[in-house]
Amino acid sequence: MQSNPQLNANGELRHLLSIEGLPREVLLSILDTAASFVGVTEREVKKVPILRGKSVFNLFFEPSTRTRTTFEIAAKRLSADVINLNIAASSQTKGESLLDTVANLSAMQADVFVVRHASSGAPFLIAQHVKPHEHVINAGDGRHAHPTQGLLDLYTIRHYKRDFSRLTVAVVGDVLHSRVARSLIHGLTTLGTPEVRVIGPQTLLPTGVESLGVRVFHDMREGLRGADVAVMLRLQSERMRGALLPSAQEYFKHYGLTAEKLALARPDAIVMHPGPMNRGVEIDSTVADGPHSVILPQVTFGIAVRMAVMSMVAGTS
Amino acid sequence: MKILIRSGRVVDPASGRDAVGDVAIADGRICESLAGEPERVIDARGLVVAPGLIDLSARLREPGYEHKATLESEMDAAVAGGVTSLACPPDTDPPLDEPGLVDMLRRRAKALSRARVYPVGALTVQLAGERLTEMAELAEAGCVAFSQANSPLSDTQVLWRALQYAATFGFPVWLRAEDYCLARGGVAHDGEVATRLGLPGIPAFAETIALGALLELVRASGARLHVCRLSSAGAVQLMRAAKAEGLPVSCDVGAHYVHLSDMDLGYFDSHCRLTPPLRSQRDRQALSAGLADGTIDCMCSDHTPVDEDQKQLPFSEAEPGATGLELLLPLALKWGEQRNLPLARTLARITSDPARILGVQCGRRSG
Amino acid sequence: MKPLPDAEKLCAGLVAELKPLVGPNTAMIGLYTGGVWLAERLHAELGLAEPLGTMDIAFYRDDYHKQGLARDPKRTRIPFTVEGRDLLLVDDVLYTGRTVRAAMNELFDYGRPARISLVVLADRGGRELPICAQHCGAKVDVPADMRLRLRRGDDGKLRLELERAE
Repeated sequence: MQSNPQLNANGELRHLLSIEGLPREVLLSILDTAASFVGVTEREVKKVPILRGKSVFNLFFEPSTRTRTTFEIAAKRLSADVINLNIAASSQTKGESLLDTVANLSAMQADVFVVRHASSGAPFLIAQHVKPHEHVINAGDGRHAHPTQGLLDLYTIRHYKRDFSRLTVAVVGDVLHSRVARSLIHGLTTLGTPEVRVIGPQTLLPTGVESLGVRVFHDMREGLRGADVAVMLRLQSERMRGALLPSAQEYFKHYGLTAEKLALARPDAIVMHPGPMNRGVEIDSTVADGPHSVILPQVTFGIAVRMAVMSMVAGTS
Repeated sequence: MKILIRSGRVVDPASGRDAVGDVAIADGRICESLAGEPERVIDARGLVVAPGLIDLSARLREPGYEHKATLESEMDAAVAGGVTSLACPPDTDPPLDEPGLVDMLRRRAKALSRARVYPVGALTVQLAGERLTEMAELAEAGCVAFSQANSPLSDTQVLWRALQYAATFGFPVWLRAEDYCLARGGVAHDGEVATRLGLPGIPAFAETIALGALLELVRASGARLHVCRLSSAGAVQLMRAAKAEGLPVSCDVGAHYVHLSDMDLGYFDSHCRLTPPLRSQRDRQALSAGLADGTIDCMCSDHTPVDEDQKQLPFSEAEPGATGLELLLPLALKWGEQRNLPLARTLARITSDPARILGVQCGRRSG
Repeated sequence: MKPLPDAEKLCAGLVAELKPLVGPNTAMIGLYTGGVWLAERLHAELGLAEPLGTMDIAFYRDDYHKQGLARDPKRTRIPFTVEGRDLLLVDDVLYTGRTVRAAMNELFDYGRPARISLVVLADRGGRELPICAQHCGAKVDVPADMRLRLRRGDDGKLRLELERAE
């Protein structure tokens, strides 16, 4: 059970469950393939026939419109058939176990399961139980990982900054609850980024976060100094339990990105946000809409990255 | 019936004696020698002859959880594992807070005639942490101690009164040290592994904070306290200091905890979802060392069988627990070998030491 | 076994053959990788008005289910309108015809050309689909277990090579 469940015996990507554990070559291969798909998304006929006849099931146990929509668009552009399952409303509440739900869908000739779940590790459990021709793509599991988001963040950084080996990247905000942050950090360290920083109050940084290969800053100005990339995390109020922060106002004052704080970063720094944004909480509107922001391009790249991931996993046997 | 076990390697943990010899049994009791010929001879050459194992925590799942396991199945597992006496925690359904339930359990176990069962009674009614149980009545029905199992007792006032009440009668209290609020929502040890896996964590200080409070209450009440299932290096240190101070305390560790750590969670292996959680390598090493030097008095199985269905779930949704009755002996032996301990000392941790805490006789062979 | 023809000579032959046929509406697309090298030479020597298009058929192959996605797909770039165009589709070696079929499928996702002419340096036979080249440098016999490839040297010179098929 301890061998990497994402790769098959030939080292090819059979499932995409987390960026952690993916070799550098596989990561780069995904980014390169995504670049080819960006070309497809820019022409008039945005479809290619590669997944024609295949069925992609979107299994979203946690509600999400934006991520599910981008996966749907990506699958359709690959000519796949897409079925969306809003599980929260159906069998789960009737007490059907996760594996039973998957087994039932498998009986309906699924090829790819795109899974989002509130419990960390759920996609790994599913991946252990699917048939050899079935593939699992993790669309976000608990606090653990959101690999396609991490990949599109890496793609965005590569697009604007080219060379990871010279970058200082700052990840700001609720790292404790953020699967996006964990995935991005693993990707950055695997691709050789020399300085990855996390910035936030102690309550929002997980125990032993340095072991992920990052430097911890509690002072945002210090943390942004000289940074090439600032990644702002959403303050996820729906996930916060207990006394982690007093108010959004105090958070914005110390950890919200304003033009004044951004000025401490490099003049050509880019600002990223996985979305959806809370304007005035983690980011100021002027910055979100300003010249450093690459938040909208991130979305376009997201479709190409998901097309790349789906075509890579669905092609392995 | 007169039985002679001949030429075995007889290990007597109570005295530390470890030599080849014979063991004679007459009318169900070990004796110095047999008068007359034995009716049955067991050739024990090349085999170790040891007292029956005593397990301070094995869930029998009756009453209430008969779909998971039954008294028969668990008793079979016990004797298959060499366990001849076991204490069962009060978290049955309904919990063991009424003398009638305790009585019924003891009768059932006695009728099966396999291992001896020593029920541990509930410290509070329904284990709800509010009202005291009739401890004297329960003791009369056969309870050897009182416990909350894994249910929290977060009202410190009630905890203090419960310890005072138990101390009045000299009843031992067996409690797991865990601060309810700090542990709430956690499913794994709060450390690097949980951070990587994105699992809500239970910090080690959830145990040490609660343990510190318990020890203070022992000082104030004089109650005899046995701390169950130590999980952290900090707790071992606190127990060492408490014993040095002369407090009437003892403690145990679950067999799995000296062998596994949070590294063993791997890719979210639900079989490693346990209460308390598996902590870091450093904690594991401290538990192993503490058990060797006697700071931790004994090892138990904490046998908690879980349906495979309840394990084939995402980690945080899986039911905590693992089997252990049949593994108590091999896990103890493996631990003893790793620490280069004499066999008598290893076996003491699962025979004479738990016997002492239980207040019962362990099989012994002197001379 | 007969020696392989000189790719440079074949290239010159194709240029001579194509020159009278190109007009203001003509555009060229090369197929990665050998077809692009050949197309770059032809495009330069024919002096076409429109810039050269390059195409990777990775997403249109018919063997995806067996082979999966090819490593390192290149980006298709077609810097002119395909609609109503006289297209010269250029590849180095014509074999089963499947690559050309995939290229035409991809091409039609960009628009509807007026006509497509296939230009290849070498035709090794072995067609599995009804595809043929309008302009062909030479017919070459290749053993079944070998592959015919176009190579470009550091000096830019083209040459044909045989290598063992995997």
